Formats: sequence, C-alpha cells, structure tokens
Amino acid sequence: MTTPTSAGGPPVDAEAGAGVLLPGADSATSGAAVPIGARGSGQLADVWRRFRRNRLAMVGLAIVTVLIVLAIIGPYVTPYNAFEQNLANTLKPPSAEHWFGTDVLGRDLFSGIIYGCRLAITVGLLTVAFSLLIGITLGAVAGFKGGAWDGVVARFIDVFLAFPPLVGAIVIVRAVGGGVTPVIVALVVLGWMTTARLTRGQVLALREAEYVEAARSIGAGNRRIVLRHILPNAIAPVLVYSFTSIGVVVVAMASLSYLGIGVPPDVPEWGRLISQATPFLRVPGMTYLWLAPALAIAITTLGFAFVADGMRDSLDPKLRGGN
Amino acid sequence: MAPTSPRPSRRRQAAQPTQSDHLLEVRDLRVHFDTAGGAVKAVDGVSWYVDSGETLAIVGESGSGKSVSAMTLLGLVPSPPATFPSGQVLLEGRSLLDMPESQQRKLRGSDLAMIFQDPLTALNPVFRVGDQIAEMIRAHQSVGKMAAKTRAVELLAEVGIPDPRLRATQYPHEFSGGMRQRAMIAMALANDPKVLIADEPTTALDVTVQAQIMALLEKLQAERDTAIVLITHDLGLVAAHADRIMVMYAGHVVEEGTNDEIFTAPRHAYTHGLLSSLTRMDHARPEKLEPIPGQPPNLARVPEGCPFHPRCRFATDACRADVPLLVAAAPGSSHRHACVHPDEVAIAHERPREPAPVVAAETPVEQRPPMLDVRDLVKHFPIRVGTFVKRTVGEVRAVDGVSLDIPAGSTLSLVGESGCGKSTAARAILRLHEPTSGTIELAGRDVTGLSLHDLRTARADMQIVFQDPYASLNPRMTVRQILTEKYELLGGELTDSTIPELLETVGLAAEYADRYPHEFSGGQRQRVGIARAIALNPKFVVLDEPVSALDVSIQAQVLNLLEELQQEFGLTYLFIAHDLSVVRHISDRVAVMYLGGIVEIADRDTLFEHPQHPYTQALISAVPIPDPAVERVRDRIVLTGDVPNPANPPSGCRFRTRCWKHLQLSDDEKRRCIEEPPALVPAAGSERHEVACHFAGEREVLRG
Repeated sequence: MTTPTSAGGPPVDAEAGAGVLLPGADSATSGAAVPIGARGSGQLADVWRRFRRNRLAMVGLAIVTVLIVLAIIGPYVTPYNAFEQNLANTLKPPSAEHWFGTDVLGRDLFSGIIYGCRLAITVGLLTVAFSLLIGITLGAVAGFKGGAWDGVVARFIDVFLAFPPLVGAIVIVRAVGGGVTPVIVALVVLGWMTTARLTRGQVLALREAEYVEAARSIGAGNRRIVLRHILPNAIAPVLVYSFTSIGVVVVAMASLSYLGIGVPPDVPEWGRLISQATPFLRVPGMTYLWLAPALAIAITTLGFAFVADGMRDSLDPKLRGGN
Repeated sequence: MAPTSPRPSRRRQAAQPTQSDHLLEVRDLRVHFDTAGGAVKAVDGVSWYVDSGETLAIVGESGSGKSVSAMTLLGLVPSPPATFPSGQVLLEGRSLLDMPESQQRKLRGSDLAMIFQDPLTALNPVFRVGDQIAEMIRAHQSVGKMAAKTRAVELLAEVGIPDPRLRATQYPHEFSGGMRQRAMIAMALANDPKVLIADEPTTALDVTVQAQIMALLEKLQAERDTAIVLITHDLGLVAAHADRIMVMYAGHVVEEGTNDEIFTAPRHAYTHGLLSSLTRMDHARPEKLEPIPGQPPNLARVPEGCPFHPRCRFATDACRADVPLLVAAAPGSSHRHACVHPDEVAIAHERPREPAPVVAAETPVEQRPPMLDVRDLVKHFPIRVGTFVKRTVGEVRAVDGVSLDIPAGSTLSLVGESGCGKSTAARAILRLHEPTSGTIELAGRDVTGLSLHDLRTARADMQIVFQDPYASLNPRMTVRQILTEKYELLGGELTDSTIPELLETVGLAAEYADRYPHEFSGGQRQRVGIARAIALNPKFVVLDEPVSALDVSIQAQVLNLLEELQQEFGLTYLFIAHDLSVVRHISDRVAVMYLGGIVEIADRDTLFEHPQHPYTQALISAVPIPDPAVERVRDRIVLTGDVPNPANPPSGCRFRTRCWKHLQLSDDEKRRCIEEPPALVPAAGSERHEVACHFAGEREVLRG
C-alpha cells in the first residue's frame, strides 16, 4: 500500500480482514476505518456470507431448493401418474411399490404428494409475487407522496384488512369460479396489505434520508429517487416478510382445499388429501393417509420461515458496519 | 449477565483495602473484545488516578479507548464479548472490580456517577424526569417517596432549571438538549458522588449551552469537592476546564501531565500532531494546518511497537520494535510520555508555525463580482393540523429575511447555533427547499424563478457537501455508481479516466471506486461526498458542516483539501458551521445568524477581533480555545435560557430574551429592543461590517 500522503491518502492498514465496531466508540466523531469484508466485496457477497454461517437458514434453503426442484421436474419423474386411479388397489399402506401407500381411489400417494408440491410452490410463489407487485407499488406511492395519496391508500388497506380472510377467500373463490387461479386471486386480494404497509413505512422513513437529498442536489427526479435510491434500501424487511408469507399461503390454500373450495376434487392437493383422509382419522393403521400431506405442509412452511429468518439476520443493517 | 470482575490468574485476592494515595485509581487496565477478527484491544494497559476536587481530562479520538475505560468502572461493558486480562480499580483504596456484584452496584450511582453524551437516549422517555431522579435517590438512600421527590425538585433547582417543580413532572422530550443534560447531571449528583465521570457531556450541545453546562459543573465541583473525569476529544474544552490531562491513542496512554505541561510542552508525537492540526480562533492569520496523515488504526490489528508509528514523522526502527513505556519528561516530574523521540517533538513544537499560503489573486476579494447574491430570503414552514382537511395554524419562521452576497472564489461562513436557520437557508438557496420569498442570483442569473426542468440543469453549478458522511451516501451504491450518477443526470463527459482522476483529486486511491460506503471511514466518505460535489466543476458549493462529524486529525485533512480545491478550481464556498475556530481558519467573510436572521456580518478578522453584536460576543466567548494560558484570563459571557421557539419569536429584537446587554439597559432603551426590530446597518466606521443591534458596541472576548 502507498505510504500516507499529507492529503490523507489511503491508510496503511484499511485493507481486508474482519472489521469490528466497538461498543462505546465515540459516536459523535468517527475517523477510524472499520472495513468489513474483503476488498471490493459486493453487498450481496456479504449478505450471502452471513447467510451461509446460519445453519438453520441453510437447512431452510436446502428444503426450499428441494421443493422447487420437485415442483419443476417432480411430476415427470414420479413412479406413477398421480391421477391414475386403480380401484383394485385402494387404501393400501406404504409398501415397496407404493412408498406412501394408496388413497381411497387407488392413486399413489407419493406421486400425489409430489404433484401437490408443484401446486403449492406455484400458488405460493405466484401469490406472493403479485402481492409484492401490488403492495410495493401502493406502499411506495403512499409513503413517498404522502398527503391525499397516503390517505386513500391507507383507507384501502384498512378496508381490505377488515375482511375476515378465510371467509373472504371462500366468497371470492365461489364468486370467480373453481380451480387454482381463483385461489391465487383470492389470496392476493386478501394478502397484499401487509406488504403495502411495510413498504409504506420504510419509504416514509427513507424519504428523509440525506442521500435522497443528495440525489436531488445532483438533479435526480422523483422517479429515479424512488426506484434507485429508496426502494433498494426499503425492501429488505418486505422481502423477509414475503418469504414467510409463502409458507402462510401454502397453509391457506391447503385450508381452502380442505374445505372443498378451489381445487377440483380429483387434484391431489395437500389439503385435499388431508380432507380425503378425514373419514379415516380414527381408524388404526390409516395414519399414512394424512401424515404425508400434513408433514409436507409443515416442512414447506418451516423451510421458507427458516430462510426468511436467515435473510433477516444477514440483511440486518446493524451488522453491516458503519454506524 | 456475567459479572465484570477480572479473574486474576495468580492468587485469589480478597477485597481488602490496597494502598492507594488517590481517591480513584486505575492500574494497568486491559479490556479486550473477542471478535471474529481476533482480539480487539480496546484498552491495553492504562493507568490513571484522580483526587477530590480536581478534574482529569482523558483525551483521544474515536477508537482511543477512552470511553471504554470509563465504562468499565461502572460495569457498563458487557462481559462476553469483553474480557479483562488485567486491571485494578481502586476507589478510596478498595478494589472495585474484585467486589461482589451487589456491592459494586451500591457504589455505582452513589460514590461513582456518570453522565453520558446523549441526554436524549440516556433518560428514559416514558418516565417523568422528577421520578427518574427520585428513583436514583431511593436506590441508594433509604428515604420515603415524598422525601425523594422533594429532593429531586431541589436538585433540579441546583442545576439551574427554572421552575423546577413544574419541570419535575414533565417528560424528557419536553426538555431542550441543555436542560436534559442538566437533568442528567442532577441524577448523577443525587447521591453526592465522590467521582463524576463525564463522557463527552457537551458534544451534542450548542456552544453557548456547553458553556452553561461546564460552568455548572465547575460550580458544583467547587461546592462539593467532587473529582471529575472529563472524557472528550475537544481540546478547547480541556484547556478551559482540566487540571490534568491524559492523552490516549489506540488503547494506550501516550502522554499525561498537567494542563500547562501538555499544551505548552508536549513530548509525544501524537499530542504534538493533535495540537498542530487544531484550528485556532484567536490567531489573526490562519496558520497552515498540519494534519496527522492516515487514520487511527483498526484495533484488531494494532501495529507493533508504538501504536502511532505508522502516522508519525519521527518514527524510527526503535519505535517499531517494542511498545514504549511511560517515562517522566524530567526527573521527578509528573509529566510522563511514551515517546521514543521526545526531544524532536519538543523542537518541532517550538518552531513557529507557517502562516497559510496566501495566493495573490488578480483582483482583490472586495472588487470581484458576486457569484451568489441573495436578497431577502424567507422560508417559513406552515404548521398544519387536521386529519383530512389540514388548516394552517402557524408558521415556523426558519429563515426570516436573509440577504448576503459572496464574491467569486471566496468563502462566506454562516455561523449560528442549532435552530438558527443556517442549514435551512443554505438549502433554500439551492432550492432544495422552495423559498417562501426572496431572490437568489447565481453568477447573475436568477435561480428563484427557474422552472423545475431548468433548475435541474442549473444544479450543475450549485452543489452541496453534507454534514453526515454516513447518511449522505447511498449504502447500496458503489462509489463509482454514486459519482457516475451525477454525470448521467447532468451530462458531462465520462471517460475511463474521469472517475479515477476525480478520486485522486480528493485524495482517494482510484481502486476505491468499486467499494461500498460502509467500507470507508468517516473522513474517506466525506471525501467521496466532496468528489460528488465538485464533479462537473460547479461554480458554487455549499458546505454544510462538512467536518463536524469527523475526528480532529481528520478534520484538518479535509479542511486542507477544501482549501486546495478552492484555489485550484476557483470555487465559491458557502460554509455553514457552528465551530468558530474552523470558521476563522477557512472564511473570508462571516455572517452570524440567530433565529432566522443575520445579526452581524463582517470580514473574518473584523468579526473576531471587533464583534459588535452581543450574541456574536457571547458566541465567541463561549468557544473554548485550546490554550490554557489564554483560557484563564478570558472573559466568559454565559447566556441564560434557551433559544426561543421559531414559531413564536420574541417581538422586536429576537435576541433580547437572552441578551446580556439588554439586562444592563435603562427602561426606555429596553422598550426599544422590545418594540423595534433592529435593522442590519453598517457598524461604526466600516461599510463592510453590518450589525443588527440598537446598542451595538465593542467588547473583548477573544483574549483577556
């Protein structure tokens, strides 16, 4: 490294290595270099490094990866067609040919679970994606413009929050029609509000940030400020919440299917499978009918929750150095 | 939480009184933090003592370990991750850290008290102030609730809070900054401590409030014979109030001695470096600032040998070998230092400092055309209430008629305390806030009337450097992206060499371009902010307290950089500051603001040597000068009360509610102050010196 110049050139030892922030360091004045991460490392690299160290988060990531892979290729590699009925082979417990057994219509449950995985992931991701789109847009507008815009959006949020979610979902699905798409519509309509609120809060705070003022001083207009300066700094908590809500959506859809709403009866959706197992709940030896789908739901939810927790910890600004 | 007592590796020590000649003594304290990057040696072998009635100042910059060493005394350092490899704290001879936790707690708050830097966060916001003080009393004395409450009110009165009975029922957010600090002092004094530790007690306060608080501490010390440990980075404060000084660097003590010894005859290169990088308010011609190069070290990797050697110009191999021990400067003297080359330091310190190079300009400043011309600038913020339909119930008159002009290539400083409107005025000039009325002309072109689109192009000529280096850079953009954005928005040629050259101009290595802000120190970030401002060669730059958030040694570096840039590019600066010593160094002309209006404006030396407005005089007298000899004989004007509410300023002259001169006037004269707002008129004898006071007059406040 070059020797220090009188103009205060590059310091002798501001290079790589772990930086640290001391408790009790003078906060009014700060001149000591606290570098974090290797030279020129991106923020993403830092976040990923922290995420990797979190074991629970990595477990969650593994689960999510497996789920997504299954969702994409699963139904092509299942031993049986999940819809294929075989009335000679109904209600068989798990065996070598049918790893999870068969259901009341003779369908292979293992293939059914895998098919259900595709459904769950698709609905989960699509629902959250649309919620994010609507929520971030409305929340950013409300937070940034304030005034009447904020008032209107806030009232919208309040109105939608007033609907009881499950009952509302039932009504919407029944009104729109059967099938998976209405389920997505219903869940989006009833789920965008929290994202909007979170975004609004973050944008409201960041609107006053000094780097926003700095951007204005070099001629940035509102659009650039929101898209380039505010939103990238605002969405961390929103993303964390969205990840958790994927699991919530999966449970919600399962609940609807359990009640017979949404997916047609012949589709092996997890909730549907559980409802089909309900008449046999008290029959000994029939645990396998509901255990697999129930575990599938639980593992999916946990997987996304762990990843969300990991994301939150690794994005936490307090760990990011500087102030 | 684990107790903070160190575990002596050898014999088990019982809590017996050990020999100590002093009221409070710290011996060989070491505080290390275990982190992923290795052991951070925050405090590495520090010893000091303090006696009744005296004030010890512990001086250092960030990372020096001064705060951590004080917090250890009060058990405020959480024990994992901190470890205490060694150290003894002796209070009246008794070892503090060896005592059981319950006994330590008894002493904290009663014998040993602490006041913190930020009174807002140090006071609990959900409890009334009186109750918090009463709680402090009842924690250590067995008194009833009513008696404690009464005592709390008495204490508030003792620390100078008017109307204490009412104030005791209020919450911290209803207090001003100065009052909150007084309340914290009241809490600290509630049990008549023997030792008061003040950790940067006035850093967050305005300078006139700082003067009030320090005066209060001195008075209380005289009355109660308390020992005060003053932890600060402000050498001016130290010169004015300390008896003895200890200088810390990177967790080590580098020098200690009496006030006079340290200021007149420093023997450690770091102390000398600190003193040389200070700006002096009482020196007529600004001297060249000699900043200490580089940055304070990363405490996880303190250099071998003397921790200061990488930045020291006297460093030799001997300095790099072993950590130098503290030795006496002269036999038998209490002045000790840990420098290998004290004689060279002495010689360097004796040498008179060079005056700053004065670049002979083609036209003298007075004759140049104004680059910026502001007339009657007004900025009011309406106060609106109501949920759906908002009514305006009042206005905050942040800027109430400000006129100024700045000749091209010169620097005008706008000084004042918090709430005076200087930052608002600067932003209104740049139209970052829309002015309520007034005209602004930049290089002859009216900026006030520009459409938003034209304004954006005009922005290339008027830029701003912000105060907070941490908040003014987008944490998710690299330096390259931050700088490139300006070129994208305002046009301008961007080649491969543009950014590297820009970075080198502000003293940063070109390879830093792809790093993120959090990888830089405060001083480096500020350089990035400066680079952003000067890219595309603006004509006019507003500098909003650009060095306030930086360490003293880094301040000098940045100030030198700003001056070099001004000379090289012919920039015109509007410099906003509250630190008058920096202002004296860098300005050509100075304007003093109070509550939205300019009360005095003059050429730099005239303002400092012959201030005419009572507020200017009070302001100058409140700024401590880092020279104990001067401080001893100076006249100190202590203002009473707080700055009035800008939504409801006093009638007539706004300053009259705190004005010391007003108190000395006859009734007729007083009425004039109350009824008639003074206009800014030329002072006696000079066109270039204007004052807004009916009874302006001279008073010596700079020296004795």
